[in-house]
Amino acid sequence: MDILIENLELLLQALGTTLMMAVVAGIGSLILGVLVTVARVSPIPVLRAAAFCYTQFFINVPLLALLILAVFALPDAGLLLPLTPTAIIVLTVYEAAYVAEAVRSGVNTVGVGQIEASRALGLSLGQSLRLVVIPQALRAVVQPLGNVMIALAMNTALAAAVGVVELTSRVNKVNLVHAQPIEIFTGAGLVYMAIALAIGLATGWVERKVAIVR
Amino acid sequence: MTAARTNPASYLYEPPGPRGRRNIRIGSTVSVLALLGVLALGLWQFGSHGQLDADKWLPFTEWAIWEYLLVGLGGTLLAAAIVAVLGSLFGIVLALGRLSRVRVVRWLSAGYIEVARTVPVLLLIYLMLFGLPQLGINFPTLWKLVIPLAVANAAVFAEIVRAGILSLPKGQSEAALSLGLRPHQAMRLVVLPQALRNVTPSLVSQLVSLLKDTSLGYIVAYTELLYRGQVLSAFNHLLIQTFLVVTLIYLVVNGSLSALAFRLQKPGRKRMPIAQPVPTLAATLPHAEYPLTHREDHPAAAGHAASDPAASDPAASDSATAPTPKDRRA
Repeated sequence: MDILIENLELLLQALGTTLMMAVVAGIGSLILGVLVTVARVSPIPVLRAAAFCYTQFFINVPLLALLILAVFALPDAGLLLPLTPTAIIVLTVYEAAYVAEAVRSGVNTVGVGQIEASRALGLSLGQSLRLVVIPQALRAVVQPLGNVMIALAMNTALAAAVGVVELTSRVNKVNLVHAQPIEIFTGAGLVYMAIALAIGLATGWVERKVAIVR
Repeated sequence: MTAARTNPASYLYEPPGPRGRRNIRIGSTVSVLALLGVLALGLWQFGSHGQLDADKWLPFTEWAIWEYLLVGLGGTLLAAAIVAVLGSLFGIVLALGRLSRVRVVRWLSAGYIEVARTVPVLLLIYLMLFGLPQLGINFPTLWKLVIPLAVANAAVFAEIVRAGILSLPKGQSEAALSLGLRPHQAMRLVVLPQALRNVTPSLVSQLVSLLKDTSLGYIVAYTELLYRGQVLSAFNHLLIQTFLVVTLIYLVVNGSLSALAFRLQKPGRKRMPIAQPVPTLAATLPHAEYPLTHREDHPAAAGHAASDPAASDPAASDSATAPTPKDRRA
């Protein structure tokens, strides 16, 4: 414990980076994911195809490869951003594909009657998506979205591999100095578990709030 | 129209009328232009920094470079295969443990699953890479990658298998138990085979995720695809080209796996073993005497026929069908 307390300031700073990345990328990926879903169910074939390619690309390519591509390779093409924002952007577009898959499965659960009713009321496609379909789809997939968010929080650790000093990276550095692997890594593991637990509890709370009782 | 099949949400709109078709045409044009615009912007950005020059891409027409990368792909597949085997075996054990009747086993399995699912794999890899050697525990490079991945994936596999077991109708295990199977026999012979078959699509999808995770071999310097890409790019200084090619290889391999998972998921793919049709009366009658020779090694059929002579037809069909599997085995 001594070592963890001794380095508390550094570790808290790193934890702050981890949390910041998770929150920003989480919100970003939720928004982007919903937009991709809308494109995926739109009546315009080109948009549907583009959204399909988007999700398939990011679901089939490792996040680490994308991070390395964005951080080390793209500067050669003049695309250079500070390190942490780059990592956050990559995380966002990567997890958005998973969000889009989850939300799309939610769209499939919305009853046909709901959509027919909204059409019968004279809502346009945009209106019926915005007011009827997407809200119900999101309510149906709170739990899967929570799992995506937990995966996102775990995936922020990969940013350590490209040099972002977040929790995993900092813990590793502290361990290299103090050589107390069991204690230090267990501490870090507990923190990640706490993050996952918090997301899980929040998900449960949100689900109870918004669940559709049929 | 294929859209109805590929897009389950296509009931969102009616078949468009003239105005709808015009709007769709306008929308298509605008989105094509927007997508082309983004693509052109990207290409222009690449081109203006000389990344599209032929001499930067020509090396990738040489077989030597592909061979170098494909050896890496071999490493990736090897690691993924080992993790898949270890992870799924351990996962099945964990799933059974979580459903065990012994409370301690249940708690231990549940605890393991929860911990392994909520700790980043990279943290485990750093532990293997930097932590344990400080304590004098060291593994070969391959195992530094495989062990953390197996630890993490076992938990995921366990949850998939558990979901499969729980989703199987209860009648299956009840029928097995009432046939006199012991609980472990019922699990091994009846429940688990069906449960595993039902969750095959999820298992294949998890395989994709696992294959992606082996890219962490980049960190432990295990010879897999991404690591080879890194070494290659350090050698030829073609960072963008090399990593784009690596990304493409991942896309092809995982894309085929995903397509397989999707195919397995399609309804109507289940080929339940079809029960042998009961031979019709007309088919059995001519052979009615023939099976008598087999009755000595078929006491059940013999007793049945003896005790109930009136029901000679079912008995005959019983014994007529009985030799079929025997003959096939012989």
